[in-house]
Amino acid sequence: MQASKAIRISILLSLGIFLAACGGQPATRADDSSDLGGQDAPGASQTGLGDQASGELDEFGSAGRRGGRPDELIIYFEFDKSQILGRYDNLLTQHALYLAANSQTRVRLEGHTDERGTREYNIGLGERRAQAVRQILMIQGVAAGQITTVSFGEERPVRAGSNESAYTRNRRVEIVY
Amino acid sequence: MRKFLVHLLGATLLGGFAASAQAQLTIEITAGVDQAMPIAVVPLAWQGGLTRPPLDVAAVIAADLSNSGRFDAMDPRDMLEKPFDQQGIDFEDWRLLGLEAIVVGRLLPQSDGNYVIQFELFDLFKQRRLLGFRLPSTGAGLRAAAHRISDLIYEKLTGIKGAFATRIAFITVQGQGSARRYRLVVADADGANHNIIVESPEPLMSPAWAPDGDRIAYVSFESNKSAIYIQELSTGRRLRASAREGVNGAPAFSPDGRKLALTLSRDSGNLDIYVLNLANQVLTRITRNPAIDTEATWSADGSKIFFTSDRSGGPQIYSADADGGNKRRITYEGNYNGRSRLTPDGKEMAVVHNDQGAFRIARVNPENGNLLVLTDGQLDESPSFSPNGETIIYATRVNGRGILATVSIDGRIQRRIAAQEGDVREPAWSPYPDF
Repeated sequence: MQASKAIRISILLSLGIFLAACGGQPATRADDSSDLGGQDAPGASQTGLGDQASGELDEFGSAGRRGGRPDELIIYFEFDKSQILGRYDNLLTQHALYLAANSQTRVRLEGHTDERGTREYNIGLGERRAQAVRQILMIQGVAAGQITTVSFGEERPVRAGSNESAYTRNRRVEIVY
Repeated sequence: MRKFLVHLLGATLLGGFAASAQAQLTIEITAGVDQAMPIAVVPLAWQGGLTRPPLDVAAVIAADLSNSGRFDAMDPRDMLEKPFDQQGIDFEDWRLLGLEAIVVGRLLPQSDGNYVIQFELFDLFKQRRLLGFRLPSTGAGLRAAAHRISDLIYEKLTGIKGAFATRIAFITVQGQGSARRYRLVVADADGANHNIIVESPEPLMSPAWAPDGDRIAYVSFESNKSAIYIQELSTGRRLRASAREGVNGAPAFSPDGRKLALTLSRDSGNLDIYVLNLANQVLTRITRNPAIDTEATWSADGSKIFFTSDRSGGPQIYSADADGGNKRRITYEGNYNGRSRLTPDGKEMAVVHNDQGAFRIARVNPENGNLLVLTDGQLDESPSFSPNGETIIYATRVNGRGILATVSIDGRIQRRIAAQEGDVREPAWSPYPDF
């Protein structure tokens, strides 16, 4: 199990290097990242990896693009929740620093939910998630005018299927530059 | 001669089916009443000589009655005789076949190219004529005319007003990624006659009928953010009713058709319910709460608005006066009750209820909140009442695909409405048409 985690981290690392080497826009769409993420749902892999592994990933993000835009563009949520998990503190700080330093850059926060619950209520939940990310960015110096939010509720899943691994992928806010 | 005509009829039906097979919805009764009434709907005698009848009107009527779950319509191939009036009916023979009622009639072409349907309904035991009508129709209107006849027969035999001459709006989704297509479709209540009203690569949601049966409000993300449109079916004309900052969602026409309840977040990022006067565009705020307030629906007299709110923690149904005053919590059973709809008489409500982890359609008494789960799916949602209040159409999942299903208000009659491909969701049953 430890070995497979290590392999996955190294795949992510080489992927990041590949994207950085391309020099263009990193893959910003959730569709792409979910395809590359393998079998495990991000929430599940997060609990498996523990804090230390998560720290390494963050370190790579800042090391690879010092002072630049973080590569990680998706914040995942727990079921029916809009609280931002502590593991995203560093990442959101990096986004905030980047946006605060580049006041002409705009970002769109797209809130999504899994398919459980009613559709219009889920629009509300997706909006709440996008607003939660917005608040954290603004507290750290990003101007309100740089941020727009939109909620797609459960209407734009990145992964089909009525199972926990699909649900975990679909409960998200996408940070779209 | 009769054989020849039957053959021609068969060919017509087959041709018609093949042409529209892809769009067809097929209805399957999964639970009916124990004693569905056996009825014979005899193919209408065709008075047009060697030309083909434009539609097998009796087949449409027979399918309507059978699909209701309350009738068992006889296969015409089992009929020994095909009478078209009272003189031709051997009441004893039909009774011996176990039948209780019979429909006979004729389809008469007119010199102006239109038609007259003449039909009669008989009680086979009392040997009594229960109904007899002549109904003029254009060729294109024959299917609608057949549904009206189904309504008359259904009401005469059950005492319940029929809802066959109505329509259903729903959303379909096909394809993945950039090839994904969202469509708003309007079809007859029997699944025939598909018309794509809107098509978009971005999500379409929440279709809602105006009481005139000619306008539909819906949410579209075609500009990459939500906006509410109102589209007129007869002309295809549409107007953008709301594209305010933030969320524009959950439209619901008032019973007089002049106002639209809707959900907006505006600049606050928090969802509240408003009422938009469509004539003067005046916006009235109904809720002011940091909770998610959404999914408004009106009482039949327009005096109250019911809505979903998670102000107490999880989503529950609340009511308010139409000016926003007098808010009251309706549901208490379970941790998730959302997206309520009321029967036209306002005495019953349908909601989406979390039943130990499964989302199911439940019936709620809007006075005391008493709740009864009606369906047994895992992800049942979007209940909508037929205009006679007898049947709830909703969306469910079977083998990972979204399909429509119906359940009678007493839970006894259940049907699945399967589509050929793609996901089907968010059904909305039309009001009665104006004849």
